[in-house]
Amino acid sequence: MILNPAKRELLAAELLEAEGLSPEGRSLTKDAMRRLCRNKAAVVSIVVLALLILAAFIGPYLIPHNYEDPDWAAFRAPPSWEDGHYFGTDPNGRDLLARVLYGTRVSLAVAFVATLVSVVIGVLYGAISGYFGGRLDSIMMRFVDIMYALPYILFVILLMVIFGRNVYLLFAAIGALEWLTMARIVRGQTLSLKNREFIEAARASGQKPLKIITKHIIPNLVGPVVIFAALTVPEIIATESFLSYLGFGVQEPLTSLGTLIAEGTDAMESMPWLLVFPAIFLVSLLLSLLFIGDGLRDAFDPKDR
Amino acid sequence: MLDQTSSAPTLLKVENLTTQFEIEAKSFFKKPSVLTAVNDVSFELKEGRTLGIVGESGCGKSTLGRSILQLIRAQKGRVVWQGKNLLDLSEEQIRMARRDMQIIFQDPIASLDPRMTVGDIIAEPLTVFEPKLSRSERLQRVQDIMAAVGLVPEMINRYPHEFSGGQAQRIGIARAVITRPKLIVCDEPVSALDVSIQGQVITLLRKLRKEFGLTLIFISHDLSVVRLISDDVLVLYLGRIVEAGDCATVFSAPAHPYTQALFSAAPIPDPKLARQRSRIRLQGDPPSPMNPPPGCPFQPRCWKATDICRTKMPPTELVRAGQSAACYHMDLPAEA
Amino acid sequence: MTDQTQKEVLLELKDYSITFKTPDGDVKAVSNMNLTVRRGERIAIVGESGSGKSQTFLGIMGLLAKNGQTSGQALLEGRDVLALKPRELDKVRGKDMAMVFQDPMTALNPSLKISRQLTEQLEIHRGFTARAASVEALDMLKRVGIPDPTRRFNLYPHELSGGMRQRIVIAMALLTKPKLLIADEPTTALDVTIQAQILDLFNDLTAEMNTALLMITHDLGVVAGLADRVAVMYAGNIVEEAPVDELFEKPAHPYTAALHAAIPRPDQDVDELVVIPGRPPNLQHLPKGCNFSPRCPQVQDDCIDRPPQLETLAPQHCAACFHPFPRREELLTHA
Repeated sequence: MILNPAKRELLAAELLEAEGLSPEGRSLTKDAMRRLCRNKAAVVSIVVLALLILAAFIGPYLIPHNYEDPDWAAFRAPPSWEDGHYFGTDPNGRDLLARVLYGTRVSLAVAFVATLVSVVIGVLYGAISGYFGGRLDSIMMRFVDIMYALPYILFVILLMVIFGRNVYLLFAAIGALEWLTMARIVRGQTLSLKNREFIEAARASGQKPLKIITKHIIPNLVGPVVIFAALTVPEIIATESFLSYLGFGVQEPLTSLGTLIAEGTDAMESMPWLLVFPAIFLVSLLLSLLFIGDGLRDAFDPKDR
Repeated sequence: MLDQTSSAPTLLKVENLTTQFEIEAKSFFKKPSVLTAVNDVSFELKEGRTLGIVGESGCGKSTLGRSILQLIRAQKGRVVWQGKNLLDLSEEQIRMARRDMQIIFQDPIASLDPRMTVGDIIAEPLTVFEPKLSRSERLQRVQDIMAAVGLVPEMINRYPHEFSGGQAQRIGIARAVITRPKLIVCDEPVSALDVSIQGQVITLLRKLRKEFGLTLIFISHDLSVVRLISDDVLVLYLGRIVEAGDCATVFSAPAHPYTQALFSAAPIPDPKLARQRSRIRLQGDPPSPMNPPPGCPFQPRCWKATDICRTKMPPTELVRAGQSAACYHMDLPAEA
Repeated sequence: MTDQTQKEVLLELKDYSITFKTPDGDVKAVSNMNLTVRRGERIAIVGESGSGKSQTFLGIMGLLAKNGQTSGQALLEGRDVLALKPRELDKVRGKDMAMVFQDPMTALNPSLKISRQLTEQLEIHRGFTARAASVEALDMLKRVGIPDPTRRFNLYPHELSGGMRQRIVIAMALLTKPKLLIADEPTTALDVTIQAQILDLFNDLTAEMNTALLMITHDLGVVAGLADRVAVMYAGNIVEEAPVDELFEKPAHPYTAALHAAIPRPDQDVDELVVIPGRPPNLQHLPKGCNFSPRCPQVQDDCIDRPPQLETLAPQHCAACFHPFPRREELLTHA
């Protein structure tokens, strides 16, 4: 007996359901996040990073001492539970825990702001250069080459001399240097995206060039940009530490992890805690960011594994 | 039926169209070389007809399709569309003209932006050409067109990678027809699909052609598929038209040796026939368009080639009513 | 062709399955397959993408992706190749069976000259000296129809056209005189006129060298001119197996029949195209009954209750269907 049409419909509906055809789609970003959550190292790193961020931004309000006022009763005190200086104090009697937390806050802020600056400039610059191509591309990329050729320490020192020492300027200066690499990466990706059929399809749909860049090119750069940004953050923290170490960074009584470590190295033998605690924070910060970056790369490019 | 359509107004006229690419020189000291992908192509397309363009890879069929839409800018010749030569228009004017001429791509999934939902993909031409539509009107249009191409409306929020090739091609077709264009260039729309799905897509194209009064340019390497959908056919070899005419005539009596070879090489799903028929065994590969042979482009592989073929490009001549070919030794009708 | 059954069995698949482990659960790409290949026989495995046709033979060659697992037996001259250690399999792979892929570049090393890639095979598997290997390789290039072989011998793969590359790969596969040649969609990436040349080549060379050919393809048209016997796969199962003439004349399984009727023909005008609705099932969610039942134009109640088994309907002709031999009208009415 031939099956009646109603039963056939039912059968087809069941099959669709079995295939998991729910009305909500799984976007590529959601897919990547799901893969990221399966990566143990990345998940642990995210937790560590979250704790560090919480500690840096909320911690200072929860501990008895603040980062700039000296405790006249405790100079050069080693870590102890009794007087509330859990990480000890520095030669000026300031609580090291408070300073480390504050330093972490400054380092994180520098890193994230600078990364944001580099992402915004780099993505726009690279996408425009790559998409329009031709002479515009040549001019824009030669400019990047010239910027690359400048020794960047010199560049930072020059900025500092002209505009004076300023934390915000430091953010901007580092970001303005990091965008060069971002622009190159984005341009390369854009060149290969530009030849994909869906970009041609957008052109055929009558979409304007700038709209194609913002609607089609940039969203498809999410993978490489997120990966590169995640790897840029630790690099900037390291750069900031280095600049601070040289004395170009943040000013007393403000501090950053780099400055703290610089001070700690000087007193390494007599007061090892001054080096150990900031170093632990810096290393765990860098490692967790690196693992997250790695995890993101695997999550966005599952083919490469 | 044939007379009725042939009296229809001309929608598109292509005259001596030539598209060239500059290939970067291998060495710094050499001049960049020029690749002529489409060479002196002329044809006319009447409203409501379907033109099949057949040829092997590298024959310039995709470039021709894109040159007509000016997705690739052609260097010489004219593409007359609604009384204007598209080659003379600015980018902005061409962009506005795209409302009436659309394209369907070969790789259905690659032609859809992986980060956009199906609904947004299909609506894109609407957002460009009818920006005044309200959100709900646009949604309605998208849902109507999805129903017309056989997509379930529940799929509207899903992403391209969740679809099979056949369904992805339906999405591509929906995007192409949503602005109700007059002309659609179909660039190998079924060659990436399984046989059972190919039939579905062809049937859909036939249905939409009738419902929306579309004129199609159907590009394919597969003679059999072209035969299913086209009224007229162009055979392209190395950027040149070697044979053209209405399908029925060309398919029943191909005149150019290349067309004959193409027919004879097309696999026939019938083992007895496949064993019986005598095949023209072509030697060698098509020459590179970077350095085309002198004279007729097919001459190095042609079994009929004589001295004149090696020196001068044969002119395009009428074989019989509704069929023309460019060959010195073509098969002419017996009584002529 | 009637003497095929008397010929010695070369490869025998017994209850052969392939399972892939994925994060979303196990996927059975090939299930409980049985197939016999005799010496010098040309068999075509036809199926759409996702039917498991390629995986079947990648499994035999030991080339499955890491998460793939085979079970059952694949007896090559009585020896189970699935049970071989990787080292032993390497030997068998170069010598007794060879494979030609759709994209010739997967088999060719882009940084080595053609000559090196060809002679290496001979030196490793057949113990030729470098000189003897060159002579033999050049001879093989001639046999696969490469014009001006001495010049092409010293080129790199990227300097050749797609058709030429595929010829080189075929030459490479045949150099060790394998008993079984597995060709996975060898002409799909090629132009029609080149496809015809390559198919002719397969035809001539396998006959000449008495090599059994397993041609994996999605194109029934290609099969018609080449194969002795055809097995049609759908969703990981063989649904029909028959000598080529019989399969085309009297297809028993509705899927085969519909597939055959759905092929556009260069030599005929078709007004009403047979269309198979829907698409192949997701292997993770196979229907309870026959895998083809959701798309079948003549599905009946028993089809959705239990899966049909392969049954012999005529000598050498078997199909897995409760209601075999559909008429063309039945296929059409549904479309």
